[in-house]
Formats: sequence, C-alpha cells, structure tokens
Amino acid sequence: MEIVLAILVGCLFAISAYLLLSSSLIRLILGVFVLGNATHLMIFVLGRLTRENPPLIEYGLKVAEPGIANPLPQALILTAIVISFSLFAFLLVLSYRAYQSLGTINTDEMRVAEPEPTGTLLRGRDV
Amino acid sequence: MNSLILRTAVPALAGLMLLFSIYVLLRGHNEPGGGFIGGLIGASAFAIYTIAEGLASARRALIVPPITIAGVGLFLAAISGIVSLLFGDAFLTGQWWFPAFNPDLKYFSSVVLFDIGVYLVVVGAISGIAFALEERE
Amino acid sequence: MLAATLAPFVLAVFAPFVRRRVGDSAGWALAVLPAALFIYFAQFLGPVASGETFIFSTEWVPALGIALSFYVDGLSLLFALLITFIGTFIVLYAGAYLKGHADLGRFFMFVLMFMGSMLGLVLADNVVTLFVFWELTSITSFLLIGFNHDKARSRRAALQALVVTGGGGLALLAGLLLMAQVGGSMELSTLLADGDVLREHPWYLAILVLVLAGAFTKSAQVPFHFWLPNAMEAPTPVSAYLHSATMVKAGVYLLARMNPGLGGTDIWQIILMSFGGATLLTGAILALRNTDLKLMLAQTTVASLGLLVFLIGIGEPLAIQAAMAYLFAHSMFKGALFMVAGSIDHGTGTRDVRRLSGLGRVMPFTAAAAGLAALSMSGLPPFFGFIAKEWVYKGTLDGSLPLLLTAVAITGNALMFAVAFLVGFKPFFGKPGDTPHKPHEGSVGLWIGALTLAALSLIFGLFSGLAETFFIGPAAVAVAGVPMVVDLYLWGGFKAPVVASIITVALGAFFFWQGARLSAFLARVVDALWGPDKGYDQFMDGLIGLARAVTNLFQTGHLRRYMLFTFLTLAAVLVLPQVMLGNGFVVKAPPIDLLVWAIGLLAFVGALAIPFTRSRLAAIMLMGVLGLSVAFVFLLFGAPDLAFTQLMVETLSVVILALVLARLPVFGTDWRGYPRFVRDALIAGAIGIAMATLLVSITSVPLDLTLSEFFSARSYTEAYGRNIVNVILVDFRALDTLGEIAVVAVAGVAVLCLLAFRHIDHDSEDKPEASS
Repeated sequence: MEIVLAILVGCLFAISAYLLLSSSLIRLILGVFVLGNATHLMIFVLGRLTRENPPLIEYGLKVAEPGIANPLPQALILTAIVISFSLFAFLLVLSYRAYQSLGTINTDEMRVAEPEPTGTLLRGRDV
Repeated sequence: MNSLILRTAVPALAGLMLLFSIYVLLRGHNEPGGGFIGGLIGASAFAIYTIAEGLASARRALIVPPITIAGVGLFLAAISGIVSLLFGDAFLTGQWWFPAFNPDLKYFSSVVLFDIGVYLVVVGAISGIAFALEERE
Repeated sequence: MLAATLAPFVLAVFAPFVRRRVGDSAGWALAVLPAALFIYFAQFLGPVASGETFIFSTEWVPALGIALSFYVDGLSLLFALLITFIGTFIVLYAGAYLKGHADLGRFFMFVLMFMGSMLGLVLADNVVTLFVFWELTSITSFLLIGFNHDKARSRRAALQALVVTGGGGLALLAGLLLMAQVGGSMELSTLLADGDVLREHPWYLAILVLVLAGAFTKSAQVPFHFWLPNAMEAPTPVSAYLHSATMVKAGVYLLARMNPGLGGTDIWQIILMSFGGATLLTGAILALRNTDLKLMLAQTTVASLGLLVFLIGIGEPLAIQAAMAYLFAHSMFKGALFMVAGSIDHGTGTRDVRRLSGLGRVMPFTAAAAGLAALSMSGLPPFFGFIAKEWVYKGTLDGSLPLLLTAVAITGNALMFAVAFLVGFKPFFGKPGDTPHKPHEGSVGLWIGALTLAALSLIFGLFSGLAETFFIGPAAVAVAGVPMVVDLYLWGGFKAPVVASIITVALGAFFFWQGARLSAFLARVVDALWGPDKGYDQFMDGLIGLARAVTNLFQTGHLRRYMLFTFLTLAAVLVLPQVMLGNGFVVKAPPIDLLVWAIGLLAFVGALAIPFTRSRLAAIMLMGVLGLSVAFVFLLFGAPDLAFTQLMVETLSVVILALVLARLPVFGTDWRGYPRFVRDALIAGAIGIAMATLLVSITSVPLDLTLSEFFSARSYTEAYGRNIVNVILVDFRALDTLGEIAVVAVAGVAVLCLLAFRHIDHDSEDKPEASS
C-alpha cells in the first residue's frame, strides 16, 4: 500500500517545488502549504501503514495489542501540522505586510535588502 | 458578515465548540484528542464567532487578550516541568497524584497540566492571529 | 612548567596598568619576569646536559587525548633559554626605544603574550598544544607587525604575515593530526621515539608535505620568504625578537624536532636541502640589494634560516651540530645587530646605509656592540660565529655532494660577510654623514642588550666548551635522536673547513668592496622581476575577485534564483546517489484498494490544479480538497488524532487565507514563458520522481521499531495513558513539545508585531515605487 502514497508524495513534492519556483509571493505561499502536506504524508508513510487500527491501548489491557499503527510518526506529525500551520499563518501575514510596504507581490521587484548589484562582473540576469 | 442564520446560530455553535474542545483536551490521555486538537477546536470557535459577531464582541467574550492566554499556557507547561524538579526528578518527568478516595483514578498529574498548557498556547496564539487579521485598518 | 608558560600571558594582562603606574621605566619592571623565567629554565641545564629529559603534563581535554604536556630536552631547553634571555633585553630595549609612545603598554602586552606563546610552542609535547601555541605566535606576530596600525603598509604586512603563516599553520595541524593517527599517540615524545612507524606508513609523504608547509611558511623559506622583509614594518624590538631570534626559527625548531620521526629519508633530504639552499642564496642576494639596515638584516635572516634548513636536511651528525651551533650564534649576533640598527635609527633618524658614517665617536657603546656582533656574523675567529661556520663546512663536506653543498654555503656566507661589514662597520667609520637628527647615543636600555649579546658571541667563542656542554651538545643529541660525541673547538688545524673559511672571507671582502655597485645592479634586476610578493597581491586580488564573482552568480537578490539553486541542489542530492548506487527496490503490485486509490487521486488532482488556478476562491477550495484528502488518509490508516488535527487546521487555514487573500491583489496567471516553464517543470519533476522512488525503496526494507515498541509497552504501565500518541507528546517527549508550543506562541507574537507596526510604517516611511 505504501507505493500508492509514495507516488502521491512524489507528486505533491513536484507540485510544491514548481510553485516555490514562481516569482509570485502568493504562489510561493501555496507552495509552502503543499510542501507541508507532502512532508507530513512522507513521514507518515516512512512509519509504515496499518489500516484502521489506531495506537490506543484497550481498556482492561496494560500493553497495546500487536498490530496497532506506529505511534511515533503520528506524534511527530501532529506537532508538525500545528507548527507548519503557524508558519503558514505567519508567512501569509508577512506577505500581506510586504505588499503593503512595497506595493508588489512579485519577488523580483522586492529589492530593498539586496539592491541591484552595480559595477560587478555579472549582473542579475533574468533567467 | 450579515447573515441572519449565521448571527443566530454562531453564538450557540461557538459555545458548543468551546465546550467540545475542553472535552477533547481532557479525554486526550486515553482516547483520541489532546491539547493540540482541543486547542485548534477552541481557536476555530473564536474564529467563527469573530466572523459572525465582529471583533469587538469576540474580544469581549474572551475577556483577556489572546496572546496573554498563550503566554499563560506556555507558563503552565513550563511550571509542570518544574514540579518534577521539586520531587528530585529530571525536568518534565511526569508526577502523579492518586487520590485516596479512588486510587484507580489516574488523572491528576503534571502531565495533564502540561497538556492544558499546550491547549492554551494553541488557542491563544491562533485566535490572536485571527483577531489581528480581522482588525481593519 | 605550565605556570612558567602561562606567566607571561598573565603579566601581559597587567602590562598596560604597570606602564600607566610606573611610566616609561616600566620596561625595567616588566623585564623581571623573563629574567626570572630564564633563571628557572637555567636550573634544567645541569640535568639536561647529563642526558635527562622531563615531561610535565596537565589534563586539558582528556576525552580527545589533548593534554597540556610539556617536554624539556636539549632542543626545547636551548630555545626556552634563548627566548627568555633575549626576551629580557628586548623588554628593556622596547622600554627605551618606544619611550613616550602612547601605546607602549599595549606593546608590552603583545610582546609578553608572544613570549608565552613561543615558550609554549617550543616546550609543547602534545601535538594539539603545539598547534595552539604555534597559531598564537602567528597571531601575536600579526598584532606586533601591525602595531603602527595607522599605516597602510603596516596593515598589509601584518595581514600578509598572518595569511602566510596562518595558512601554513592549518597545513601543520592536518599533518600533526595525521601523525597522531598513524603513530597512535598525541604526544611527540612517544611519536618520535619510533620514527620508522611514521616513515614506513603510506601517509608519510602527505604528513611530510603538510608539516613542511607549516615549517617553511613560518621560517620564511622560498617561495614564502617574502613576508619576512615586509614584517620589518614592525617596531625594531619586534624585528629583533620575533623576526630574527625566535619566532621565525619556529619552523627550524619544528624540522629539528621532527627529524627523529620524519627525517633521514631521501625525499626529506632532497626537499630540505634544495629549499634551504635556494633560500640561503635568495636571501643573501636580496640582502645586498637593499640599503635599509633593517631590510638588509631581514634578508640575511632569511638566508640564515635557509642555511639552517639546509643543514637539517643534510642530516649527518656534524651537520646537525652545525645547525644547532649556527642557530645559537645567529640568535646572538642577529639579535644584537637588529638592536643596533634600531639604536642607529633612534639616534640619527635614518636607516639608509648610504647616508650613515662616522657614528663611532658619538655612539661608542652601540659601535662596540655592532663591531663584535658583525665579526661574529662574518665568521671571524675567535668569535662563536666562526666556530659555527667551521661546523657548517664540516657538515657540508660530510654530506652526499660535498663540493656542491660547500659551494652553496660559501656563496651564501660570503654574501652575509659583506652585509655584516656593511651593517656593523660602515656606519661607524669615516666622516660624519648627513643624517636627519644630530647623532647621539641612546639611554642604557638601548645598547645594553646588544652589547651583552655581542659580548656573549665572543665569550662563547673563547670558551667553546661551555656552549658545547650545556647548549649545542644536548640540543644536537635531541635533534638526532641518537647519542653522539660533540666537541666544539676554535682551531682544529689547517684543514678543509679552514680553507673554505678563507675563501669565504676573500669572496666576502670582494662583495663588500663592490657593495654599492652590486647593490645598485641587483636593485635594477630584482625590481624588474616578478616576485612572490607581487604574486601574493595578485593571489589576494584573485581571491576577492572570485568571491565577488561567486557572490554575484548566486546572490542576485532574486528570491526565485535562490529557490532555483536550492532545488537544483536538492534534485542533485536526491537523484545522483540513486542513479549511481541504484535504489534497490522491488516494485510489488499494490493491493487493489479502491478507497485509497480514490483518495490519492483526489489529493493529486486537487494539488495539480493549484498552479493553474487564477482565482482566489478556487485556490482556497483546492487547498481544502488537498488538506481534507490528507486528513482522510490519516483516518484510513489508524491515525484519528492526525485526521482530527488536520481537519481543524484546514478549517482555520481557510479562515485565515480568506482574510489575507482578500487584501492582496488579484492572482492573475502564473505563466512563466516556455523556457522557464520547461526548466521549472523538469526540476520539479526530478524532485518528485526521486522522492517517490526513495520512499518506495526505504519502505521496502524492514523498519526498526524499537522506539515505537518502547513507547507502546510503557505508555500505560509507566505513564498511565492509553492514547500512545498523546502520551509521547505530553510525557515521553514533553521537552520537544514545550519547544514546539513555544514556536507556536512566538509565531502568534510575530504576527501581532507585524500587524501592529503598520501604523508606524505608514506614517514615517514612503512606499518605494513599484517598478514594472
């Protein structure tokens, strides 16, 4: 079963990479969103898949029955989801503020921190 | 947003969600749930309430600024770790109190306090973000 | 021993305060320490002369085998005594030379720090300790050369010395660590006791080259000789101390120290003899080309260092004795002559040998010191320099190519003979010259050191047995690593070395007579040539140019470009190993599970549409589709907590997205033009495929479940929780979670700050024009 999700993870990584290569800030944020989901799924798949058997210990037992889903990746992903959400919200607000201050959402036009190099060997060519 | 249905339903819905979020938080140790999920539900409750009733009313409902809630949560989580230092264990080692009237009630512990801290941080930080965005210039 | 090494550092800290309190006579107060250290080390003379060695060790980083260990034998003791003895007079001399200088306190501080570093270097037994002190001498040398930091030439010379010697130091570190690896010990005394282990190891050549790189840069061997004359920008006490008597000999010390372990092979002999010989001739010729007293002395120092390396390279017992004898003699006469040059500069205001004459009458003590030291340097009897030179010829005649080696040595010595007379005699005789100041003798501090050292050259020449028993003998034994008979004498009958000496004197006299003409001729030739000093500048310029080119290539200021490089690297890292090593997975046909396939497809289609969407609403919805599908996958594979969390995050994301996107300009299209589209799609595709294949190959091997089983087994029994995921989060790994909620809280604060500052921003700052 892992193979199906592995292919999905690959597709999601490809899509997020494509989005992150954009020069539009909004597309970049969407790329971060897809990247987060791809990464969570990847960790999930790496911990191996078990159908419909959550990592809970039944009442009356002291130790979990064999065959439960791997709890460790789940714990990792759970915090990762919340953190990537916080990051996502922060990025959104940051781009909003950048747009307010700079008047553009095109990253090529955001040159306050790194102005166009002058008198150098190689100017930032448009590639 | 001026939708009559929304404005009527949301206060009740948000209240229910908040209650549910606390339920999810408290049952988290033995069933699916916990501080993170509970916190997200709680934050959603405030977000929906804000959309329906406006920011001012949401701020009134919350009484304290949301970022303060997050701070308190972080503080509680840290305190729960320091408790174990008092008992001579390493930082954040779980400490349990089994009440004399029912020794099987394995609930009162620094671990649950920690989870409550997580809940408050998530509620506070995320509603804080939502509030800040809702605020019009 | 540790205290003795660290004492100069401690005193260095207080030197500026001493100077402020005591004033210009602080030199006399501070010189007490090196004098005391000299007496301390002198106590070892007797035992070491009778063959004893001492090891003092203090733990430093025991886990890495690094100890502050010190080793006292003939070689290290000789150096320690020279450092403290000359150091005493240098401190006195500096006090007089820089009298009234505003930064004299700082100067004392650096000199004392250097003294401690140099002591540590020559006494160190542990290779790491050796390296640390080695680099400390480079750093203090940098500080001292750049003492007149308001002069651009000083700054350049200081930086140049640091780059050259520091670079060599790094090579040395690598060589020392390789040695420790091969020999199985960090202690030199252990490593060198069994040199065959090193010499027969396949890494021998690498070790040798690295160690020699360190030694040659430090001791200014060709082609690294250029930094030493430039270092003459330093005040004269520094030149006398660091750049003639002690620090530049560190490389020679290292070679002598390593001789029992690395020496004796053909390659060692060839490299040392050829580089040493080349340095000897280069230095001697360049010395005659110059007219500045200090530069002439500096170049002869280069020549002398070359001679020492040359002698160590020969490696025969007599050559090693000669090396030690010459080193001893050189430290005395060259230290004295440098101080003389400083005194002349101080007294007359110039160091140009062409303008100086007739100083003998007004500067009698300086003249006496200069004469004695110059006689020793030119190798005339009965001075110790003569004995040293005789032994040099004994050594070269003992080598494998006696005539060639002797010819090289004679040429070098003859040139140095000429320089010795130019520096030591010419300024003091004849009619008084035309100098900027009216010549006058300096205070006692200015000549006492030079006179003492020069007098010692004579005393040790007359009583050569003293030098033999206490200094040269034990040092030569330590260098050779085997016992040998050392018998120094002034007159051994009319034999080959004496003949060589006579030729030297005759040739030297000729060079002296033709000095001015030769100098002018050499100046024309040498200045026209390309030299390593110019090469250094070209190298540095090239380095900066390269750095600029690389920076401009990568740091264009376009975020897109940075992303491009990041993803290209990522793609390379993911793809190349799999292509080269294979990824070793076997594709097993997955079970037909329609539900999973359907959800997977839904997520895929949702995500695929995102790059092509043109409206905000569509984007938000598509993200919802993706997020919910992922939540469903979690639910399907036994992760209700995750599904739940994902669901809530999805809801909140939509809310926040709606709030933000409503305020951003319309989306528009993301069409990048065909070339960029194809390139980006190729990179993205490569990353996607590589990720997928990597995942498949990882999941086709069994997973180590130790940790998961640990948590499952203890979740209820020890942490009283039935939800294992939650127990991991809040109990087993609670510290991680604490960090993570801190991140969430910080993100909240950051967003608040970002939004709170907009009011300030709008009032005070103009919006930059949005260029189109």
